[in-house]
Amino acid sequence: MNTNKKAISSIGCSRKSNTITYIMLIVLFALFQTLASTKNLSRSTSGQLVPICVYVTAAIALNLVVGFSGELSLGHAGFLSIGAFSGVVFFHLFRGIGNETVQLVLCMICAGLLSGLFGFLIGIPVLRLRGDYLAIVTLAFGEIIKNVMNCVYLGYDSAGWHFGFSKSLTLESGGVTVLNGPMGVTGNSKVSSFAVGFVLVLFAFTLIINLINSKTGRAIMAIRDNRIAAESIGLSATKYKMIAFVTSAFLTGMAGALYVMNFASIAPSKFNFNTSILILVFVVMGGMGNLRGSMIAAIILTVLPEKLRAVGDYRMLIYAVLLIAMMLTTQSAKGKIFLGKLAELFRKIAKKDRNGKGAEKV
Amino acid sequence: MTFLIYLINGISLGSVYAIIALGYTMVYGIAKMLNFAHGDIIMVGGYISYFAACSFGLPPIAAVFVAIIGCTVLGILIERLAYRPLREAQSLAVLITAIGVSYFLQNGALQLWTSNPKVYNSLVTLQPVSLFNGQLVISGETIMTIAVCIVIMVVLTLLIKHTKLGKAMRAVSEDKGAAQLMGINVNFTISMTFAIGSALAAVAGVLLCSAYPTLTPTTGSMPGIKAFTAAVFGGIGSIPGAFLGGILLGIIEKLSQAYISTQLSDAIVFAVLIIVLSVRPTGLLGKAQREKV
Repeated sequence: MNTNKKAISSIGCSRKSNTITYIMLIVLFALFQTLASTKNLSRSTSGQLVPICVYVTAAIALNLVVGFSGELSLGHAGFLSIGAFSGVVFFHLFRGIGNETVQLVLCMICAGLLSGLFGFLIGIPVLRLRGDYLAIVTLAFGEIIKNVMNCVYLGYDSAGWHFGFSKSLTLESGGVTVLNGPMGVTGNSKVSSFAVGFVLVLFAFTLIINLINSKTGRAIMAIRDNRIAAESIGLSATKYKMIAFVTSAFLTGMAGALYVMNFASIAPSKFNFNTSILILVFVVMGGMGNLRGSMIAAIILTVLPEKLRAVGDYRMLIYAVLLIAMMLTTQSAKGKIFLGKLAELFRKIAKKDRNGKGAEKV
Repeated sequence: MTFLIYLINGISLGSVYAIIALGYTMVYGIAKMLNFAHGDIIMVGGYISYFAACSFGLPPIAAVFVAIIGCTVLGILIERLAYRPLREAQSLAVLITAIGVSYFLQNGALQLWTSNPKVYNSLVTLQPVSLFNGQLVISGETIMTIAVCIVIMVVLTLLIKHTKLGKAMRAVSEDKGAAQLMGINVNFTISMTFAIGSALAAVAGVLLCSAYPTLTPTTGSMPGIKAFTAAVFGGIGSIPGAFLGGILLGIIEKLSQAYISTQLSDAIVFAVLIIVLSVRPTGLLGKAQREKV
């Protein structure tokens, strides 16, 4: 089990592998950007570009917690939610600073920091627990954030900012309601762009690989592999788990701010348990501790349901079946044997090909 | 008096949570997996009993019986097809598969029965009881729910403590490998656990829909999550814990709805869970496992 985990972690860490991931990202970005600018992309796909960036960022951020720190979080949508709604507030606060992109980047950073702060506060009780208990508490936090956001009303008029809790605001004429309880954000300015999303993905990826390949990162993985051994050589489990958790919350918050700025309106109930699970599915599908895998899974699984629209109402059913089938083939004992045989077959064919070509040359 | 009414409503809701949580906790205790599809089996149970009673005109007892059989078969099938191949896989893979099964059931129900809510006619035929000159009326559903919950709890405890199957379950829960060496059929025991858990889910589905009579394909998901919380609250894997956790959760939810805020009641329930877990990291009645180095 432990050696298996180490093998997984080494995939994400080697420099060569990171270069491949960077190249993959840049090629994908260039491809989609050209397709989008030459209008070769369907409307639904081009509308998906920013959400894809958001999900990729959230997936690698969650992978830091689940894959590298070894703690299951079922409440990451909560951080998306904090990032999203505080992002809108910051966007209104930063009115008039530079152009829209500068505002967007500023509000993403602030939203990320706030989300990181929440990550720290939530981490205090959460990281005391182990295993499934930890998972259920993160789930609880996700639900609490959703419920509280449903009750928050925030707006401003000439007299300044107004705040209401589970009662709507009465603003002067000309006032702006920023957060409107269960309605969430309405009439938002859509300023997110694919380019900013791409930069966010690059930033998140760079931050995470640098963290993993540092002394801190090795400590995080050591605690995951054997907490007792790691603690006995003086590593503080809580401290390093907290570093991973807060970094993850920070990046997820930034992604949330980018997400909200892609839509005209968004309700707090969007960031529910299912969204947390969606991000977790990306991580597990892509392979825990494998950042490139998370990215690919996030891209495919975000595009897939859209592409399945052709089969109409059955798309979520097919999605569910694919999810189960994928897990059964990649994770079950029989599936692994099957995949191994398949790989062997391909290797044989490739070998035959090479031998054949070699023979011709001679 | 109003407090008493809320309290009784809370105990009634809590009993439903407790029945669901018992299923969760048994599956967790024995198969060591979080069965996220459990909530959706409740929904299936609700639909089966609805159609049995409304479309085929079966008497309530027969409808409940049909729902129990349907859900038991479903539970065994799910375990056989989706979970058994992953017995040796890491727990997260099983978790994701369970989520896949949950999506499958929800969307299957959506295709079969559409998203239009069905109005569920209560299957409980008990008359309401009036106390204190009519100041306190307890509905038949409430009495039935509480009674059924207590009966199930007692029967389950007896089953686990005193039958051969129960002994096998406890052995598998402690150490799968050793149990197999002692001649216990591990796969059969786990199948039976799923069967019992799913039968309980069917009962919970009938009781839940009788008390809150709208039935949609997502009916089961929120009670499922709440019951999971209840199971953890009481100490997951412990049967009295699931009972206690469920009842307490129901009471807290109803009282905070009544006295604090309807919108925030879920947040309060989860906040209490977090506080309890920070003080007692393995839940109210959970056993702390000593770590061996």
